[in-house]
Amino acid sequence: MSYNLANLLYLITIVCFILALKFLSSPAHARRGNQIGAAGMIVAVIVTWIRIGTTSWWAIAIGMLIGGGFGAVAARVVKMTAMPQMVALFNGVGGGAAALIALAELHRILPEPGAPKVDISLAIVLSALIGSISFSGSMVAFGKLQDLIGSRPITYPGQQFVNGAVLVAAIAAGLALVAGLQDEWLLWALIAAALLFGVMFVLPIGGADMPVVISLLNAFTGLAVAAGGFELENNVLIVAGMLVGASGTLLTLMMSRAMNRSIANVLFGAFGQVSAEAAAVAAGDGGRTVRSASAEDVAVMLAYAHKVVFVPGYGLAVAQAQHDVRQLADLLEEKGVEVSYAIHPVAGRMPGHMNVLLAEANVPYPQLEEMDDANREFPRTDVAVVVGANDVVNPDARNNPSSPIYGMPILNVDEAQTVVVLKRSMNPGFAGIENPLFYNPKTVMLFGDAKDSIDKLIADVKTL
Amino acid sequence: MSHNTLLVFEVTILVLAIFVGIEVISKVPTLLHTPLMSGTNAIHGIIVVGAMIVLGLPDKDAFTWVVGFAAVVLASANVVGGFVVTDRMLEMFKKREPPKPVDASQDGKRS
Repeated sequence: MSYNLANLLYLITIVCFILALKFLSSPAHARRGNQIGAAGMIVAVIVTWIRIGTTSWWAIAIGMLIGGGFGAVAARVVKMTAMPQMVALFNGVGGGAAALIALAELHRILPEPGAPKVDISLAIVLSALIGSISFSGSMVAFGKLQDLIGSRPITYPGQQFVNGAVLVAAIAAGLALVAGLQDEWLLWALIAAALLFGVMFVLPIGGADMPVVISLLNAFTGLAVAAGGFELENNVLIVAGMLVGASGTLLTLMMSRAMNRSIANVLFGAFGQVSAEAAAVAAGDGGRTVRSASAEDVAVMLAYAHKVVFVPGYGLAVAQAQHDVRQLADLLEEKGVEVSYAIHPVAGRMPGHMNVLLAEANVPYPQLEEMDDANREFPRTDVAVVVGANDVVNPDARNNPSSPIYGMPILNVDEAQTVVVLKRSMNPGFAGIENPLFYNPKTVMLFGDAKDSIDKLIADVKTL
Repeated sequence: MSHNTLLVFEVTILVLAIFVGIEVISKVPTLLHTPLMSGTNAIHGIIVVGAMIVLGLPDKDAFTWVVGFAAVVLASANVVGGFVVTDRMLEMFKKREPPKPVDASQDGKRS
């Protein structure tokens, strides 16, 4: 197959990918879109295979079986709550593949007579650099989300300086290559420095900010793939990689905007450190009282309410309580209570994470309300039930300019008649920030594991 | 076609792809942000094409063999894992009510 015919057939793949993204705009046909994308991918693989001919076909087949088999099994067995780290893992290996291809390409073109073309060596440097950062960064993000390494930010004095120095070293090696120094070891040095930078860049970022980081690294891998397209003069890599690079960047910006923080603050702010200031504020809360209630009391409140809104957070995912919440909601609906779910855009460990978990529990998506709609409903809500959420309902974001999350749009659950907070203990949440909602006279706390508490509520509501 | 002509075309489609990417994504509701991330994650698995080209090079030395093979394994994991995970997520998005646009004021009754 000629180069031109192959690139023409790759156009089918490109159209499929664009349609796949377009179909994601509504849950009704999003799945079809994903299938179209997968079909496009199959077209690209077949075209490539025909173009290569029989050279090493068996090695390609074995490699695909190993990688694809691992991917299929891992993706099948993973629990919905562990989805963010799975996405991080698959993203990382994609970046790693882009970096390896850059290495192989440089190795191939260096012995050729004459200096490599500047644009080709620039593409090689970029895909090696970005791909390596994406690979090691994603692995650290995976480790943090999987609790293999502590999710709190890991910081030390002069960290930004050390990180900057490592990145500068990587870029310097890249510039030397682009300038015409023909030494393969420069690329090895670049990859080593970039891998190190990826690790050190993600380590100081707190677990609560991981969704933004994964989204950013996803965009990075896209860019590395696009650079790979320039190396190999391949249009489908350029377009598909750049589609992901552009959309991933936009998604990252949208998410940091949803937290009212700049992307620089998310990446370099080491958010979620337990600062001395926050600890002092926490100590000052000693005088305030928290009202706790029994499951029976809460069950009565829920059963006789007109409108109940559930506010899920990561605690719901940890406790695997999404099915139980749905059961409780169904029971309340049978009693004539109006039930909906208020979803904060950054609740959970991935943007839209809560939507996926509740969808898993068969909650119909029209009941899932986005933040602005939900906030309009709270003043006429009788009971807001906060299940394992913390920062996304923290009124300090509205009222307390000294709070680290000041200015972040939140779900105004305190506008409901009563707020029930299901929480394991009074420990501050993932980001380590004190929450005055718990001391609000409207609030009652139901302590315990979210799943146990919900199960008790179900049993009690049934007896009413 | 000379190398420079090709480069100009490549840069052109690169820039156009940026705009297409931003355009199609800006219409995706926050409800679907997780599948979106996972779906784009699967799409950059297209790097498998590059990995196949490297491993399919004729007359390659041992180094290219090893690197190309590793790239094919990693990229295939990205492709298959990405699409399967996304499909699993999207499979779960169902609604009980008869089809109508997502309505903020639910009345709680079911079909």
